[in-house]
Amino acid sequence: MQKIGVFVCHCGTNIAATVDVLRVVEAAAKEPGVVHAQDYPYMCSEAGQALIASAIRDKGLTGIVVCSCSPRMHEATFRKCAERAGLNPYMVEIANIREHCSWIHKDMEEATQKAIILARAAIAKVHLNTPLAAGHSQVTKRALVIGGGIAGIQTALDIAEAGYPVDIVEKNPSIGGRMAQLDKTFPTLDCSACILTPKMVEAAAHPNIRIFTYSEVERVTGFVGDFTVDIRKHARSVDMDKCTGCGLCQEKCPSRKTPDEFNRALGTRSAIYTPFAQAIPNVPVIDREHCIKFKTGKCGLCQTVCAAGAIDYTQSDEIVSEKYGAIVVATGFDTIKLDRFGEYAYDQSKDVITSLELERIMNAAGPTGGHLERLSDGRMPREMVFIQCVGSRCSDGRGKSYCSKICCMYTAKHAMLIRDKYPDVNVTVFYIDVRTPGKNFDEFYRRAVEQYGVNYIKGQVGKVAPLPDGRLRVSGSDLIDGKAVEITADMVVLATAIEPDPSARRLASMLTASIDTNDFLTEAHPKLRPVESPTAGVYLSGVSQGPKDIPETVSQAGACAAKVIGLLAKDRLTTNPCTAHSDQLLCNGCSACANVCPYGAISYEQREVNDHGVRGERRIAVVNNALCQGCGACTVTCPSGAMDLQGFSNRQLIAEVDAICR
Amino acid sequence: MSELTERIMEISGADPRKCMKCGKCTAACPVAGEMDIKPHQFASCLAKGQSDLLLSSNTLHKCLSCFACVERCPRDVRPGRLIDAVRQCVVRARGQAFLTPEEIPELLDDELPQQLLVSAFRRYRR
Repeated sequence: MQKIGVFVCHCGTNIAATVDVLRVVEAAAKEPGVVHAQDYPYMCSEAGQALIASAIRDKGLTGIVVCSCSPRMHEATFRKCAERAGLNPYMVEIANIREHCSWIHKDMEEATQKAIILARAAIAKVHLNTPLAAGHSQVTKRALVIGGGIAGIQTALDIAEAGYPVDIVEKNPSIGGRMAQLDKTFPTLDCSACILTPKMVEAAAHPNIRIFTYSEVERVTGFVGDFTVDIRKHARSVDMDKCTGCGLCQEKCPSRKTPDEFNRALGTRSAIYTPFAQAIPNVPVIDREHCIKFKTGKCGLCQTVCAAGAIDYTQSDEIVSEKYGAIVVATGFDTIKLDRFGEYAYDQSKDVITSLELERIMNAAGPTGGHLERLSDGRMPREMVFIQCVGSRCSDGRGKSYCSKICCMYTAKHAMLIRDKYPDVNVTVFYIDVRTPGKNFDEFYRRAVEQYGVNYIKGQVGKVAPLPDGRLRVSGSDLIDGKAVEITADMVVLATAIEPDPSARRLASMLTASIDTNDFLTEAHPKLRPVESPTAGVYLSGVSQGPKDIPETVSQAGACAAKVIGLLAKDRLTTNPCTAHSDQLLCNGCSACANVCPYGAISYEQREVNDHGVRGERRIAVVNNALCQGCGACTVTCPSGAMDLQGFSNRQLIAEVDAICR
Repeated sequence: MSELTERIMEISGADPRKCMKCGKCTAACPVAGEMDIKPHQFASCLAKGQSDLLLSSNTLHKCLSCFACVERCPRDVRPGRLIDAVRQCVVRARGQAFLTPEEIPELLDDELPQQLLVSAFRRYRR
């Protein structure tokens, strides 16, 4: 028989205002096995913990129940307290009488009754608790960063600087990400490439950083501290060691009609290409889908002109398997497709463009050489209209319900840059709200209005209609003046909503990391653990977690690196002893448990079993305790009741239910 | 920018482009309900170069020149002074000058803002 102590917390008035704490103490004291019951205003305080510790020692308690807040809050606190007093930490049970009781009920009588029932259930469980011992696992001191944009580069640099090796996996032929596509950056208007490329070079030259470009994560197994990741290195068809980056192959390549992804398909590129001039590595790839050699077998011009002999048509994909202690997801974003927003005529006119397309048009290395012109006829626009919130804050199912956060600022930037460079161009911005929280952000936006004379109109655009002369009729509303507004524009720029990169979803399922309904990765806690995934060992950097601008991304990348460094600095990790195990006498090897296990923790082995004197070989489920996260899916699936979870056994749960129904 | 808009900005010393359309001027105005063009719309019309509309607005007559709007404007747009400047433009266009220099000394009061005095005279001596 256990000797159980029950400790009921007031939590100030959080619990005591709705639950009659003294009656809970009284009721608990009458339960079988309870030899000690008391209340205290703050059980988690040092004095409260001292009470628990002395009761454990003085009365020789073998198990305790703390009636307090959620176990997510203070279970660890009370387990440590018990351990210090010489009690096995897994002999502690929490009855959640705050989140599950006092906070959600108004009637004191009802709440008190419920608190007593919850305490009774926890006491019933403790009777069946057994001391458990946590194991340990090793930490591989190497991190993987998935995504080579500014988020990934910064995270990798910070981890590498702390002395740990890092690998960056980037699916494109070069690192750099979205930031490499931008012309200028707000709110300082410095050139994006000028501040990004030094970081790219630093990452490439860092002795602790390896970069896999044109590569993708194919498979992830293992767990925190000990992940094994298969990385597919797509065949580049160019030998990275031999190539000198002279660029002659790209110059001579006769296949030049492939839409240039880096320029948002506004221009074309050759089949052998580097995405942009400052690409890292400066080694081209052959796009086999568009290469004449790969399509027809004829050509081979690049191989002929390559003095270094680097072109290798026979290369094939390579799988690299590497072990990592931590994985950082920095997969970034793309703009949404606009096919459901017919009213903006994006598909009807070349002169209706997205803001990211405008970035390329404004960029000196872009398709127009940095000259502002209409893509339809190459003429300079005189009248430009910007439309904000295209697909953002849109809960009708066409767009995204969230605010994309960066559009207000880049629209102000575009408007300002255009007015500065081409003072004759009239610029009008239609907005719902102008959202500019951030250091020097509102001042920046006001400068666009006050200094550069950009015309901001509060109201949305209902329709953009191409006119016979190629111009665009923009019908909007001015809510301040209460009037309909019509502008005949030469160019319309859409501040298109951003969404997580499509690769995030597949990656999240490989990592068993949770994502939200918008495919953004979920944090372990939205406020207190914002850069960690609920899946241990997985960290979030950049827009993969939610919309953010460059300064915020860089800050988050640093925070993420700090968390990774904190993990890699440990030599070993304590594992959770509450894992599943199968009873070999009951298991019939049906595989039902392995099919539902989200962590791949269950395998099977042939084992000789002595079943009441009958010896025979059987197929038995075996749980890898390092992989098992104790979710319990197998225990409810098992048709024969062989699977059970330590610390949450079937008997314990039934005892709790019985106690509640008593 | 039209000549008229430029003149209004010069006389008032206020910049309507600083306006962020919060509406506080209209909210503070005791007679906004009677105005055809409200103080915030005044600033917005000017910023858009539609100053012609303002010349015939009844706001010029309704405005009490209490300058509550000027006092409370978070962006220092000073709508009351914009209204006064438009008034001045109308008066000048009619060749009317309601105040002679000799009359000023006895009207001065240390407590009164000078602009209020000038503005009031433009309204009442018609």
